[in-house]
Amino acid sequence: MALDDQSKPYFKFVGTRPKRPDGIDKVTGRAKFGADSYAAGMLHGAIVRSPHAHARIKSIDTSEAEALKGVKAVVTRADFSKDIKFTSGKDSEHWNVLENVMADEKVLYDGHALAAIAATSALIARDAVKLVKVEYEILSHVTDVDEAMAIGAPVIRKGASDKSVPSGLHENVVSYYESGHGDVETGFTEADLIIEESFKTEATHQGYIEPHACLASLGSDGKGELWCTTQGHFSFQKVCAALLGLETSQLRVTASEIGGGFGGKTTVFIEPVALALSRKTNRPVKIVMSRSEVFRATGPTASTSMDIKIGMKKDGTITAGQGTFRLQGGAFPGAPGGMTAMCAFAPYALKNVHQIGYSVMSNRPKQAAYRAPGSPMAAFAVESVIDALCKKLDLDPIEVRLKNASRKGTKASYGPTFEEIGLVECLETAKSHSHYKAPLKKGQGRGISCGFWFNFGGETAVSLALSEDGTVQISVGTPDIGGSRASIALMAAEELGIPYDHIRCTVADTATLGYNEISHGSRVTYATGLATIKAARDAINKLCKRAAEKWGIPEEAVKWEDGHAVPSGPNAGDFEPLSLKNISEKMGKTGGPIVGHFEANPEGAGVSFATHIVDAEVDPETGKTQILRYTVIQDAGKAIHPSYVEGQFQGGAAQGIGWALNEEYIYGSDGRLQNAGFLDYRIPLASDLPMIDTVIVEVPNPGHPYGVRGVGETSICPPLAAIANAVSQAAGVRLTELPMSPPSILAALKAE
Amino acid sequence: MVQVNLWAGLRRFTDGHDVIEVEAKNISDILKGVSKAYPALKEIIDGGVSVSVDGRIISSGVTEPVNQDSEIFLLQQLKGG
Repeated sequence: MALDDQSKPYFKFVGTRPKRPDGIDKVTGRAKFGADSYAAGMLHGAIVRSPHAHARIKSIDTSEAEALKGVKAVVTRADFSKDIKFTSGKDSEHWNVLENVMADEKVLYDGHALAAIAATSALIARDAVKLVKVEYEILSHVTDVDEAMAIGAPVIRKGASDKSVPSGLHENVVSYYESGHGDVETGFTEADLIIEESFKTEATHQGYIEPHACLASLGSDGKGELWCTTQGHFSFQKVCAALLGLETSQLRVTASEIGGGFGGKTTVFIEPVALALSRKTNRPVKIVMSRSEVFRATGPTASTSMDIKIGMKKDGTITAGQGTFRLQGGAFPGAPGGMTAMCAFAPYALKNVHQIGYSVMSNRPKQAAYRAPGSPMAAFAVESVIDALCKKLDLDPIEVRLKNASRKGTKASYGPTFEEIGLVECLETAKSHSHYKAPLKKGQGRGISCGFWFNFGGETAVSLALSEDGTVQISVGTPDIGGSRASIALMAAEELGIPYDHIRCTVADTATLGYNEISHGSRVTYATGLATIKAARDAINKLCKRAAEKWGIPEEAVKWEDGHAVPSGPNAGDFEPLSLKNISEKMGKTGGPIVGHFEANPEGAGVSFATHIVDAEVDPETGKTQILRYTVIQDAGKAIHPSYVEGQFQGGAAQGIGWALNEEYIYGSDGRLQNAGFLDYRIPLASDLPMIDTVIVEVPNPGHPYGVRGVGETSICPPLAAIANAVSQAAGVRLTELPMSPPSILAALKAE
Repeated sequence: MVQVNLWAGLRRFTDGHDVIEVEAKNISDILKGVSKAYPALKEIIDGGVSVSVDGRIISSGVTEPVNQDSEIFLLQQLKGG
């Protein structure tokens, strides 16, 4: 539903920076994360994983493992639903999840699960894993996206392609997208300069500090409980029930606190396995992934191979843009080839644009979303070429972006006409920022990039219950991955007119609310916030009704003002205002509990844009890059809790710095992951990062009562390109592959 | 009649047309109308699409109303992280 009733001329609570509600719990260790659940009689699960990139399972012998003292059960694919069959397209959604959770006939990547053990201790379970004997027929494998599309590449799975794929492409191409408008060939003839370049990015992991963890209890009666770290416990309930052949409502799922997700905790991995082991042993089973398992079998992003061609006039006008984006998504369909292509040129108003996206399978773990899936890689490629054009034509990179910027009324590169958007405001802010004017020293470079993301609404339900002491409890169904409990409490405070401290927001379990879509797509402050505002207004209507009954006047003659029911005008009568507490303390005798509800599918998320400025210095002796200064400028629509918004901006930049400079999945020629740990997979340390400055731009989203836009993802769209542009200037050579690690920079300098 | 813009990759299912007209009062009508006009598109539409109505992207709700002069684009189904 579209909700355009923006009615707040000013805010009392929204836009303030109260303390975070989960702060004390988290600094004292009281907060319960995924691995913090325990149950009496609990067993521990461990998973047998493939050491091969691609192999047929000839046999699994678990007899020795089962004989080990303390081992209580072993499960394989045979312990999951038999009703889930492989077909092509969306009908195979559950089959693909199940196949990833537990391999059937073939293992498809290094780390692919094929059996699991429950034992009385984690140590015994891990020892038992080593006793499982698996006989493999090793098959040829492919892990590189270009090689996976080439003639002769091993086919990961026949029949996995959807109907969008034109004939003649390799069977590993499972989805195809093409869009655009105008005529790019004509556009290129109008250009004074055309640059065509190819780019590659490696897969990176979301790098959440908390590994996947869960505790499951499932009886032979089909009734179960699951506690887990997740971005979407309602989705986990639905998927786990399907994979185990349960009725959805018989499985109650509770989300723990979450130690980071970034898109990587939107899908099940160990949860169905723990449930299957619990069902078999009739005891609760806990599974906690090791970091190595997290790297080998969850996440990461898609790796990419991209070709970009852009034409520009001497005055900076872009005459045409063309891009081809090949996304490697691991051994399953789903790589965001289409979205990557759709995002690529979205910041610019182009007469002629054409983009193609391929989703490609390979022998790697199934890719997962990572903040704005696909958009950061697309921006890296497109914004690098724009930067190169600016350099060659001696044009200011912000002026060129302003000249071509999308704005309200622009026909987007992916088709529709933009509503109110804030890209121009971001660019103008960047242009006037002190960072952009600061002098650079020799050996330093400055990079600029824009970024774009769609944002999302989705199914949402909220309950808001009043207590007799005048405080309020809000139940939401969206795990808090970015401070949403604070922003939701602020929005409720704004509507109800009571202090923020009088409101507690709880992430409720699946038995408490209707279905809530996963916390993804930067949707929670937008959609759950919108639902909270509407639930508060529902409660206010009920409060006003109670006041009307007390005063003996019509309901319509009462309004809610600054936390009180008051007569709506002089004709309504003269009554003392009734506070929320005045009404709620008597609610048990005046009609019963007062609860506000809202359930809907908000559909006005509003797209968002950002502009980043980054300064970098490259050591030509070692190839090491130091980020010297970083400024994030992004349109938040309306910042509900500015500190959290700034945190999202900084987090996106920090993760982008890691992605750009060091992080990468390294596969050996045997198809095995070579760096499945934080020692060899280098995420940024505090010493790698400068203070990341932020500027919040507010161009209200017409689809939200307060103007909110999602902010969680857009901040990771510009960094790869902005850093690449800074590093390329500092190094004096264009870097076209990520990560720009010291060896790759040295190699580029040497080649120059 | 409502004009529905398709992404270019779908043209090979529509005899080269990238705009098709359907009778529609809401998104459900649009999706049914497109599938009826070009049955080859049904599998793609059933697989999941988003629809942009006058610049606003509707991710999943099929009851969203459309006007006869609304700007309609079929888009890839959106998912975030």
